[in-house]
Amino acid sequence: MPDIPPQRPVSRPLSPHLQIYRWGWHMAASIMHRATGIALATGGSLLMLYWLGAIASGPSRYEVFHRLASSWFGQLVLLGFTFVIFQHMLLGLHHLYLDTGRGYEIRENRLLSIACFAGAGVLTMAVWGLSYSGLV
Amino acid sequence: MALRSDLGKVRGLGSAKSGTHHFVLQRLTAIALVLFITFMMASLLSHVASDYGTVAAWLHQPLVALVVGLFVLTAFFHLKLGLQVVIEDYVHTTATKIMSLVALNFFAVLGGGFGLLCVLKIALGS
Repeated sequence: MPDIPPQRPVSRPLSPHLQIYRWGWHMAASIMHRATGIALATGGSLLMLYWLGAIASGPSRYEVFHRLASSWFGQLVLLGFTFVIFQHMLLGLHHLYLDTGRGYEIRENRLLSIACFAGAGVLTMAVWGLSYSGLV
Repeated sequence: MALRSDLGKVRGLGSAKSGTHHFVLQRLTAIALVLFITFMMASLLSHVASDYGTVAAWLHQPLVALVVGLFVLTAFFHLKLGLQVVIEDYVHTTATKIMSLVALNFFAVLGGGFGLLCVLKIALGS
């Protein structure tokens, strides 16, 4: 039986990982979809339950909710969640489009990813603009 | 002929003939949530300046209560499906994974139930 040479550590290139990839819009869109999903599933869902619970508990509790939501910090949180909702929704629609087998060419994929970020920003500004304009 | 390894058989992993079920439900709830979110955004926007009575009266309407109640249930179903994938992706210790998934299911059912209770309380209250 031939001698088996002892294994030596060899340094081979590792498969590409987060630290090695160059950031692009498509991968930013992918990780953003997961990040926004986690944010909505945890903080967003609890926020929604607090809102519903406040209404169900009557005027005094709702007053507390309303005061918190109207404070600058509350407004900042709500503004953030508005963006997160739209971002997750648009990226989700992007995913539904990809599910049909279309949109995998890098050019189109990149373009649609950018559109998701931009669209979420525009929708957020539209909602908050309307909210503060006094038109609604 | 079974194309499964012995280890696979022992562990009971592999095809349960429902491979796309999770995927399909995720998409189905996603489509529903696009409609719900549009409705909720429009509703919240029209009530930014409303006092308690107006908001409660809005939610007291049967159709609004139906839509908001279904929105709550769909949202918690969707987040259960989504967080499940996140846990399965990142938690590799079997015990921790199973406990996390149990906790997630408890959270989703409890949250959905609480939200529905709130909506029903307002909808059925005087």
